[in-house]
Amino acid sequence: MKTIRIKDHNELFQEQTYLDQFENKREFEDPWPKEKVKEIAEWTKTEEYQEKNFARKNIKINPAKACQPLGAIFCSSGFDGTMPFVQGAQGCVAYFRSHLNRHFKEPLAAISTSMTEDAAVFGGLNNMLEGLENAYTLYHPKMLAVCTTCMAEVIGDDLNAYIRTAKEKELIPKDLPVPFAHTPSFVGSYINGYDNMMKGILSSITTGKKGEPNGKINVIMGFDTYTGDYHEIKRLLSLMGVDFTLLSDASAIFDSPNTGEYKLYPGGTPLEDAMDSINATATIALQQYSTLKTMDYIRKEWSQKALALPAIGVKNTDLFFEQLSTLTGKPIPQEIEDERGRAVDAMVDSHPYVHGKRFALVGDPDQLLGLVSLLMEMGGIPAHIVCSMGDKKFDEDMQSLLAESPFGSEAKVYSGKDMWHLRSLMFTDPVDLLIGNSYAKFLWRDTGTPLVRIGFPLFDRHHLHRYPIIGYQGVLNLVTSIVNTVLDEMDRKTMNTTSFDVIR
Amino acid sequence: MSTTIKDTQKMIEEVLDAYPEKAKKERARHLAANDPSGQCSTCKVKANTKSRPGVMTVRGCAYAGAKGVVWGPVKDQITVSHGPVGCGQYSWWARRNYYNGITGVDTFGTMHITTDFQEKDIVYGGDKGLDAALHELKELFPLAKGIGILSECPVGLIGDDIEAVSKRVAAEFKIPIVPVRCEGFRGVSQSLGHHIANDTIRDYVLGKGKLEKSTPYDVALIGDYNIGGDAWASRKMLEEMGLRVIAQWTGDASVNELGIATKSKLNLIHCYRSMNYICRHMEEEYGIPWEEFNFFGPTKIYASIRKIASHFDDSIKEKAEKMIEKYKPMMDAVVEQYKAKLEGKKVMLYVGGLRPRHTVGAYEDLGMEIIASGYEFGHNDDYNRTYPVMKEGAVIMDDATLYELEEFTRRLKPDMVGAGIKEKYSYHKMGVPFRQMHSWDYSGPYHGFDGFPVFARDMDMTVNNPSWNLIRRKK
Repeated sequence: MKTIRIKDHNELFQEQTYLDQFENKREFEDPWPKEKVKEIAEWTKTEEYQEKNFARKNIKINPAKACQPLGAIFCSSGFDGTMPFVQGAQGCVAYFRSHLNRHFKEPLAAISTSMTEDAAVFGGLNNMLEGLENAYTLYHPKMLAVCTTCMAEVIGDDLNAYIRTAKEKELIPKDLPVPFAHTPSFVGSYINGYDNMMKGILSSITTGKKGEPNGKINVIMGFDTYTGDYHEIKRLLSLMGVDFTLLSDASAIFDSPNTGEYKLYPGGTPLEDAMDSINATATIALQQYSTLKTMDYIRKEWSQKALALPAIGVKNTDLFFEQLSTLTGKPIPQEIEDERGRAVDAMVDSHPYVHGKRFALVGDPDQLLGLVSLLMEMGGIPAHIVCSMGDKKFDEDMQSLLAESPFGSEAKVYSGKDMWHLRSLMFTDPVDLLIGNSYAKFLWRDTGTPLVRIGFPLFDRHHLHRYPIIGYQGVLNLVTSIVNTVLDEMDRKTMNTTSFDVIR
Repeated sequence: MSTTIKDTQKMIEEVLDAYPEKAKKERARHLAANDPSGQCSTCKVKANTKSRPGVMTVRGCAYAGAKGVVWGPVKDQITVSHGPVGCGQYSWWARRNYYNGITGVDTFGTMHITTDFQEKDIVYGGDKGLDAALHELKELFPLAKGIGILSECPVGLIGDDIEAVSKRVAAEFKIPIVPVRCEGFRGVSQSLGHHIANDTIRDYVLGKGKLEKSTPYDVALIGDYNIGGDAWASRKMLEEMGLRVIAQWTGDASVNELGIATKSKLNLIHCYRSMNYICRHMEEEYGIPWEEFNFFGPTKIYASIRKIASHFDDSIKEKAEKMIEKYKPMMDAVVEQYKAKLEGKKVMLYVGGLRPRHTVGAYEDLGMEIIASGYEFGHNDDYNRTYPVMKEGAVIMDDATLYELEEFTRRLKPDMVGAGIKEKYSYHKMGVPFRQMHSWDYSGPYHGFDGFPVFARDMDMTVNNPSWNLIRRKK
């Protein structure tokens, strides 16, 4: 029997029957004349439009940011046996879970207290009490990490008192760690939610644990959605012989092996280690903006050295290892030096395809700083840098980074702007390459600028998050993505010319 | 009571044992063994009530129902997520409501537009900012045919008057500005959001569109969100049987189509749950009859085509029969090709508004058996439509929790599960073949003659992919 060839949406809707259907449907749509649509489409590419676009102050269009509790959940799910617990409306939790599911292609459990109208009137105490009891009884967590949606924040739920009440009523064991963080969605973004939850967890579970120094280094990755980075940092620190505690190890939950068994708690930072983190020699964070409050807390309350050492790009990674070596007294092993050599070798080999290329970038503050640094190291020219969650500090940090290199002289930094702003910029001042998350593909479509997918979320390509972007291996991965995107585009543009080269 | 029903009831009781007393009592009302005959009094579930806190419901909120389902797909209207940034971000182009148009120019479906509330908006209110936001949008998108304001939680809590802003601005812009009070804390699930959205269609756009001529064959296709092109596949069939689809709600819909459905001779509703409200309204106010139908799988498709044709004259009935005759060989061939690989496979479903019952026939066409089915946000009328199509003793579950889904899977050992993205990857870890039945796992269409082959192909690849066999399971 001949196998039937099945056509799905990718092919079906390009068939004439459907094209006719679409055309005929216009009769009922009261559409604008096609010329008018074309005229407006062209107008959106102009300087005049850009001016209007940049004049807006009250509406965001395709921003690259999401709200605090997402970061809080991401943070707490990296601790072993920990159930993220969200006080507020249930739809939020459905959204947080699905958002992270789509990026990692992994399951994520998280609890909501399903607050509705009555909670809006009377407060969320009853929801919290029943929620804690049910969650504990059904899902047996070692820790319940509480954060909030905007609903609980607006009505002013008192988390501390509610949790105390639950313990007094013996709905949950008295010794069950239940740290909490207020994570209003109308303040900051998920990087702040991560920070608040991390501080909430650490300050809660290390209470009374100050003791003998354990000689370890605490490592906080920040809101880093590359599971490859977690494996990489463990490998690198082990290579150096550094004894460390990774505080929130997201790789356990977001990169667990398939064993035919669904584990609600597949691992993560052991709580005993997290409790002992107060006795470490120092804490290093691989992101600065998502750990500001936490690091400040560690410095002040733990009297620990706390250094933010982002490790994206060669110079940043150099600094990371130098500082780590100073901090621990451990030399940088030859193996890591060799990795550096390989990464730099790759950059030298690939430089002709990156040198002088102009880039637009959109993303999170720490990643943008790392990527801009790396691009300039290779002779790339950052032109438009859009950070929807950027602030004054980010502007200053980025400006001083750009000032370090002649390749940074063209760049403009757009904090608090969004991808619709970037669309205007890419029309009025086109670039060669775009770096951003999956939603940046609309900019790729509209402007024809090839997209290198780096950031969060990455929904439309598989497994990119499994490859590290930190360290020298990260440099190699990023360079590979960037240079091959340039070459793919070159092929597409030259396929009917003699420039269609095989050897490059 | 039959033994199959008793066995299932016993299993449900065992599963419920893990709950604390109060939650157990409450959850027991939402789980039942099916009795298709309707005789058994304990075989009905309670539905559309509050989820228990802390049990890990799969449900979403009113905003998800109003923005994600009903209003979001309307292509030439700007949908503003009014409140903090998250809701619009997480629902951004997640439902794949396909549409034609130039995005950002005459259509806006794949855009995330939000007032991005900050602390000052909570303290001082967001109305002033909203007014300014609407003006900015009008400047940038002059071709927008309307603007919907989809409220997020804080808007209702701080007492903003978005209706007043809408009224004022609509008078100025001369386009519908639709305030939708779908704050996430309202109601118990997405479902209330559907209802609220239906009511705003009724109040702000219904009956206000332009349609130059009418024919006796004018119908409206309602409750089809064009996921992966479903509505287009359905429309193709309705047109081929001689009907004139004057409005498509709301997949690939224009504001005008929302306005002219009142001129339809018959409203055809696919997703009953999300749009029955507006159909009832049009019946009461405009005397338009409505008919439920099911375009999943040949058996239901043939029956639905005939049911729809029965409302019209012989010319339509003839064309309907001709169409069935034309496509039947293809449907038979698809069944033949895939039934061999899928016969006897057991399926567990846990989905949204219509699929827990509507897809049953399509699975059965392929020889598969549904052993459990449930709704995230169904009502009693959904379950009443479900009991008769399910086998005796099948598990019926309402607002199931992660724990229950996992336990039922362990005990019932389905060959595949169809549910949503939040369930998907835990099933992958369990090594249980899984298909997302909200988004068609980025495939589709699944509706109609063009959709069924895709459905069959996808179920085959789900159940029979060799990579499942590579999983080294613990003995």
